[in-house]
Amino acid sequence: MSEARRPRLCCHWLHACSGCELALLNGGDLFLDLLQLVDIVHFPLLLDRKYANDAEGKPDLPPAEIGLVSGGVASKAQLELLRTMRGQCRVLVAFGTCASHGGIPALRNQWTVEQTLGTVFPEDERSCSGGFDPEDWLDRVYAIDEQVEVDLLLPGCPPRPETIVATVAALATGHRPQLAEKSVCEHCPTARTGSGRMSVRRFLANADYDPEAPTDSMRCLLEQGLLCMGPVTVGGCGGREMPLCIRARVPCRGCYGPVRRQGNQLLDLLNVLASKGIDHRAIVDRRSLLRFSGAHGLLKPNIRER
Amino acid sequence: MPQVISIQPVTRIEGQARIDIHLDDAGQVADARLSIDALRGFEQFVIGRPAEEIPRIVSRICGICPWMHHVAAAKAIDCCFTVTPPPAGQLLRELCLVLAHIHDKILHFFFLAAPDFLFEPNSDYSVRNLMGLVQRQPELAAEVVRMRQLGLAMLERIAGKATHPVAAVIGGFSKPMTEQERQGLLADGRVLLDFACRALDLAKKRVFVRFAEEEAALGAIRTGFLGTVDDQGNLRFYRGRLRLMRPGGDTIDFAPSDYDRYLAERAEPWSTAKMVYARAWDEGFSLDLEAPRGVYRVNTLARINVCDRIATPLAQAELEAFRAGFGRPAQGALLAHWARLIELVYACERMLELLADQRIAEPLVRTPAEPRAGRGVGQVEAPRGTLIHDFTTDDNGCIVRANLIVGTTHNIAPMNMSVHRAAATLIDGSQIDTALLNRIEMAVRAYDP
Repeated sequence: MSEARRPRLCCHWLHACSGCELALLNGGDLFLDLLQLVDIVHFPLLLDRKYANDAEGKPDLPPAEIGLVSGGVASKAQLELLRTMRGQCRVLVAFGTCASHGGIPALRNQWTVEQTLGTVFPEDERSCSGGFDPEDWLDRVYAIDEQVEVDLLLPGCPPRPETIVATVAALATGHRPQLAEKSVCEHCPTARTGSGRMSVRRFLANADYDPEAPTDSMRCLLEQGLLCMGPVTVGGCGGREMPLCIRARVPCRGCYGPVRRQGNQLLDLLNVLASKGIDHRAIVDRRSLLRFSGAHGLLKPNIRER
Repeated sequence: MPQVISIQPVTRIEGQARIDIHLDDAGQVADARLSIDALRGFEQFVIGRPAEEIPRIVSRICGICPWMHHVAAAKAIDCCFTVTPPPAGQLLRELCLVLAHIHDKILHFFFLAAPDFLFEPNSDYSVRNLMGLVQRQPELAAEVVRMRQLGLAMLERIAGKATHPVAAVIGGFSKPMTEQERQGLLADGRVLLDFACRALDLAKKRVFVRFAEEEAALGAIRTGFLGTVDDQGNLRFYRGRLRLMRPGGDTIDFAPSDYDRYLAERAEPWSTAKMVYARAWDEGFSLDLEAPRGVYRVNTLARINVCDRIATPLAQAELEAFRAGFGRPAQGALLAHWARLIELVYACERMLELLADQRIAEPLVRTPAEPRAGRGVGQVEAPRGTLIHDFTTDDNGCIVRANLIVGTTHNIAPMNMSVHRAAATLIDGSQIDTALLNRIEMAVRAYDP
């Protein structure tokens, strides 16, 4: 009698930085444990499995029970890979914030592809505009659920190693993955008094705190007058402990994406500030509030502030 | 019939690349090219952002070396805003940079490169990888995994967030180190140094001995080199002068802010990545294998070649032994792996030096800054090579222009040469199989792109 086959795991990256894949490896012992639970069948960072070896040049990805896709979609080739993976994977996970919400690369959505090529390849160093053909590119950077059906969003820039491993392990054993649903503020131990500065300043000097004292003696950074995206951002970056940026004593910039399903981190934060009576006009570059979630048509070319 | 053989994707590298080998009618290699598909447009979308936010944006250029971009950008914006970090701020930044080098070098050598040398050349892809290493040598694999984890845990203790970090801020660092933390980090740092020395010994016995047979096929290019040294010519990662070395060994040193007088970028119709060449040599640019022009390499081997010495004793002894065997400059592409482990020893020794400096635990870590118009060039040595960030700000302290030259960009030209050389040597009308194609990829992996 043959052994029951372990669930197969397929990992592929699109418009990404490889930080999500590294986060999985950074699980250390947890990653080694995961290898006992699943078979990795495709993972370009670790495994010499090629995909362009069929006659038509179509991507050749293996079937798998679980697929992790990192990165958004910016080119036609990436879209082809994503569609193939959707077809081959029983459960498809948007792995990280870029796949879930566009991430940092979707900041490019404020410009057209042609504008970006013109900036990256200025006339004086261009024998031609590199090997880039704008025809190979989509009009903007998309989150993957704008292009194919996605079963689970696992946001984070990068997601926490133990969360990635726990999610894959849950899917492999037929359990429902447990992901944080509350905001960063709900995980943040800093002291909130309900009142504070009525304006926000740029982060040009450190927050006020005693480095020898526990973090819960530090006053909420938003109340200190530092722009902090904690109220509108989904938590989980620190696992069971405090948010990672707070450990460094710096304000959150929203890297796990919106806490509200289909939320808009820009509008949601302006609402939070308004409800607290904080003047938002001091914010320089408001569109940066969509720093991690500019896909889904939220960042567009030629939108003028105010 | 002319034919193109593609390797897509190049695997066990830290990014996305493909190789196209063009064969002529006789089945001989007419050309071979490596292309990297990674235009994300950072130079475009940083425009208009408040400059103090840039270190937290450009870190996303690379998820494997975010600290390098984070720190280079912080250094550049310091210059734009004319602010100087206090000593503890500088030391903390350098410590994080060095720790990031440590876990990266362990990753690259053991997870990505070593399977080529620890398994038989014809072994199946499903075995020749980290998972295969876990099966075959579980103790070694477990130790490697734990040492990386230790380096990352140390970074988290110092800086809160280890991947896509946030603690290097304009004017210094966001959080001081306490004396108690310093003592704990020193103890862990010694464990890493011990591991680094054992890793180098192991590699000499089991991996580098195979270089002799591979070297002839994969190493035969001759280029210049670029890296960072201090005023005494010591190897440095965090700051110093840039040193450009000709293939024969002559050098010129220059300030990083003058980079565009000595180096120039160009785009080619067949490449999606820009290339950089040595403008200072005034010989133009050519990838001709027998007579390249303007081509230099960056990364571990380049740094080991351009420095006169290493300021820490164990790494210096290794450098002397390396030079006794391979000369200066050493040209073989695979020697980058050996140089990588010498640098791992240096990074561990440097980490302990920084932690032994009591100023690192001083409470003053940041000098407050004011937004202003200016231009700043920030340069560090990333695992992949010299990294240059060049930003210009307006009166409101927002970015109006950005130019970024990342380590791999310098190496696009020499990587193309190495791939061409490897393909031309290995493909001689004989059967082209996956083992052969993997050896061509090995020429790329040595660069750790």
